[in-house]
Amino acid sequence: MAKIIYIEHNGKEHVAEVQNGLTVMEGAVQNDIPGIDADCGGSMSCATCHVYVKEDWYNKLPKKEMGEDDMLDQAYEPNSKSRLSCQIMVSDDLDGLIVYMPEKQV
Amino acid sequence: MIKTDVVIIGAGPTGLFCAHQLGIIGLQCEIVDNLDKIGGQCIELYPDKPIYDIPAVPKCTGEELTNNLIKQIKPFNFNFHLNDRVQELTNENDNWIVKTTSGKKFLAPNVVIAGGVGSFEPRKFPTKSAEKFDGTSVLYSIKDKTIFKDKSVAIFGGGDSALDWAIELSNSSKVSLIHRRDEFRGAPASVQKIKELSKKSIINLFTKYSIKDVKGNGTLEEIEIKSEEGESKTIKADYVLGFFGLIMQLGPIADWGLNLDKKTIPVNTENFETNKKGIFAIGDICTYPGKLKLILSGFHEGALAARGCFKYARPNEKYRFEFTTASNTIKDRLGIK
Repeated sequence: MAKIIYIEHNGKEHVAEVQNGLTVMEGAVQNDIPGIDADCGGSMSCATCHVYVKEDWYNKLPKKEMGEDDMLDQAYEPNSKSRLSCQIMVSDDLDGLIVYMPEKQV
Repeated sequence: MIKTDVVIIGAGPTGLFCAHQLGIIGLQCEIVDNLDKIGGQCIELYPDKPIYDIPAVPKCTGEELTNNLIKQIKPFNFNFHLNDRVQELTNENDNWIVKTTSGKKFLAPNVVIAGGVGSFEPRKFPTKSAEKFDGTSVLYSIKDKTIFKDKSVAIFGGGDSALDWAIELSNSSKVSLIHRRDEFRGAPASVQKIKELSKKSIINLFTKYSIKDVKGNGTLEEIEIKSEEGESKTIKADYVLGFFGLIMQLGPIADWGLNLDKKTIPVNTENFETNKKGIFAIGDICTYPGKLKLILSGFHEGALAARGCFKYARPNEKYRFEFTTASNTIKDRLGIK
């Protein structure tokens, strides 16, 4: 279980307790947190669960797998801290993780 | 006005198999899709990726699946209306009038929405200033490449479309290629070619840059690009091309008065009809308790929706269930002698 902090583009903060084994995307969807669309349902074939990971957390996350960056090319305003939240698996180590949602997903 | 029994919106696997089921039970249909080819997400997103969960097909690609579905409905000679999008649905007595962006009109008692997660649209530049040049000098696809001759063209993106056009246009235009990172997802041979052209200064390559601003008074003059560190550069450009892939938009479907649950349409599981009589939703776009976004679920939903359509298309006939193995009527429909 980890506490994940989701911050909307307008600064509104949402805190969710997310079970291990779920993804950061699923944590948002299950808790009705706006700002993450996840059109493809977590199969890494769209770019609508795009988040910016807080700087000091970015390097602590498991590295991106092949294909994630290709998908991120198609996201709205990606930067070097961009991740697809469906590819970040929650574990105890991620307790306190902070992600920022982009202005929009599509 | 084209009269038919069913208008299917979406030519993905679900829409195609629903068409097959309509053909089997003796109904006519017309199929409309926004893409320029048949196959939906299977062909647009993963034509080469193997799929492992089609019943009795251990492994096939999105393209193979699409080709087989096309082959399966061939005997019925249904019409496809590609590159076209259904814009408007209006009710007239017991029929729906379906209008498309290109101006086509259909009259049918049934509409089957098999629209996936909506229609594919190119992702556009996030910069507001790009909007006023949209369609004139800021473009997301190329219809006539001769307009770029001897012009300065700034191309954004790292996939095959961006790379292929950068290479092609560099023959007769001054091309700048801008991508947000060092790696490209295009074919390795194209990436190699781009690097060569960049070395020879035929293409100006800017990696780790993205668009900041588009400038010009009436006509486009220059663009500003920025690095993540905040450094900016100005590039002269007559045209800007963005190739950021496609995004899926629900689009006009949201305006048809259907109940919506986020981006999906609730249906009953008896015949997959929506809250509107004669409008059915199947595949990824529909939702109900236990819904799985699998191709096989779409097939099942299409088969039942087809029977639902029969009721409105042939109100005075009774639907009779038949097997393809045994029915001579079905064999006739399939053209089997």
